[in-house]
Amino acid sequence: MSENIPDDLRYTKSHEWVKIEDDGTLRVGITDHAQGLLGDMVYVEAPEEGREVNAEEACAVVESVKAASDIYSPVAGEVVEGNETLGDAPEVVNTDPYGEGWIMRIRPADPDDVQQLMYADDYIAHVESAN
Amino acid sequence: MPFIPHTEEEVKQMLDTIGAGSIDELFDEIPSSLRHDKLAGVPVQTTEMEVSRIISERAARDGQPLCFLGAGAYEHHIPAAVWELTTRGEFYTAYTPYQAEASQGTLQLLYEYQTMMANLNGLDVSNASLYDGASALAEAILMAVRLNRKSKSRRVYMPRTVHPNYRKTVETIVHNQGITLELLDYDRTTGCISPDTLPAAPGDFAALVIPQPNFFGALEDVDALTDWAHVHKGLAIAVVNPVSLAILKPPGEWGGEGADIACGEGQPLGIPLSSGGPYYGLLCCKQAYVRQMPGRIIGRTVDLEGKPGFTLTLQAREQHIRRSRATSNICTNQGLMITASTIHMSLLGAEGLERVALNCHANTRKLIERLSSLDGVEVVFENPFFHEVVIRLAAPLGEVMRALHVQNLLPGYELADDYPELENCLLVCATETRTDEDIETYVGHLQRILGKHEPVKCPIKPKWQVKN
Repeated sequence: MSENIPDDLRYTKSHEWVKIEDDGTLRVGITDHAQGLLGDMVYVEAPEEGREVNAEEACAVVESVKAASDIYSPVAGEVVEGNETLGDAPEVVNTDPYGEGWIMRIRPADPDDVQQLMYADDYIAHVESAN
Repeated sequence: MPFIPHTEEEVKQMLDTIGAGSIDELFDEIPSSLRHDKLAGVPVQTTEMEVSRIISERAARDGQPLCFLGAGAYEHHIPAAVWELTTRGEFYTAYTPYQAEASQGTLQLLYEYQTMMANLNGLDVSNASLYDGASALAEAILMAVRLNRKSKSRRVYMPRTVHPNYRKTVETIVHNQGITLELLDYDRTTGCISPDTLPAAPGDFAALVIPQPNFFGALEDVDALTDWAHVHKGLAIAVVNPVSLAILKPPGEWGGEGADIACGEGQPLGIPLSSGGPYYGLLCCKQAYVRQMPGRIIGRTVDLEGKPGFTLTLQAREQHIRRSRATSNICTNQGLMITASTIHMSLLGAEGLERVALNCHANTRKLIERLSSLDGVEVVFENPFFHEVVIRLAAPLGEVMRALHVQNLLPGYELADDYPELENCLLVCATETRTDEDIETYVGHLQRILGKHEPVKCPIKPKWQVKN
């Protein structure tokens, strides 16, 4: 598989990646696989700071030339930051999905919730089973 | 494109594929309490000959009255070419075709429409139209509330000088979405919102609606109102008559930063009155808000060989793609109406449209000068106007209207139902279609009627129902 699925991240079935930061917050974006399926991004609507979200709640929108898709919060918590720079440069989600193309940072209500998320191996299996 | 119905065999094949026994089965989830087997008063079937007869009789009942009635829909001259071209087979459909790119002519027309509308309003983008002016205002308000992500306030300031029907439509649509409309009263001398009386500390709110001209035909202080909205971190929503924009400052230039969203009724641009519809709603906005604008935009692009072509853009948030999460549940457009409007505007040109607007204003000025010279008629508000003015009669309005109706004349719109403080007040209008002779006809009849101290009950059955 040519897609990039880093080992040090956690994943959701809805194709978000999650990075656990040192301060306990979670950085969230969409996977290389997801951006490849969606195609060229034309707009990203990041959530506003301070918003309370539930697990699997739609809280951001990425719009590509093909479709507008919801991005779901991996866990319950509070949005501490939305990546506003994507407003002017949505294509970064395509070119650097795990880096500058992150979408939001969330402080989980319960840090243990992160343990529910998939490891890279499971996510690879999830992607392959869908193919 | 011909319409080809499915054969019974094809229908059966499709049902078999999805494992359904009948088409009715697909609608099982709709509870029987919500279903209507038949509509009351509507016959099961009527022949073409019978329908033609009924419709012609009803049309004849309207007569061809001399019209001084506006109040949101206006009689304008429509060049014969407009509907001759609009009803050609190539254009004659109410919708954008689903395989939109196969209909380049339709897309080019929508593109031209958007360009004209955005230019008239002085804003960056226009959608391809909505149902009517009232629903366009409701959509503009929903849009403003979605855009207000920082404070999340769902309060909207709504002047009483906005068309009463628009206010009712907006209330119906936003009522169950937690949006509150705060009414702003108007100044009894000017008939406009006085910027001095706006709250100094309005708190969080999403938008201020600014009608121009307002329902009374008067011109609001749009610069001050727009700036007030922006100073207090709200959006400014303009409600405009597109014909007036040929001579008035476009919303995009109001105040320091311009109105954010403009909407209005498109009927005055080439759509006949036709007993109230179909009309269309226009909606324009600044580029920054385009993602929250309901509907679609047609873009101009090039194909693989570099040839120019037109394509649907910004449809990713419409219902057929996003289902229940679409930007709006009203994503359709009034394709046939704006086809007529676009051809109408093309024939008139910028200069023609300006002359229409100037003639409307000049004729209304003449009408008001003549009417107010009569004993028992006074102009209610002192304020510049476009093509409508409020007058008060020193006689019971119901009787006067009844007498004028018998003369085959529509004298104007009675205001007291919506504005109890405006008893015996009439909103009158003269577009470019009213001649000096028409005006003298109105003045002559009104003078005679008002001259009778005790108007006699008219024995003739009036042609219109008049509220008592």
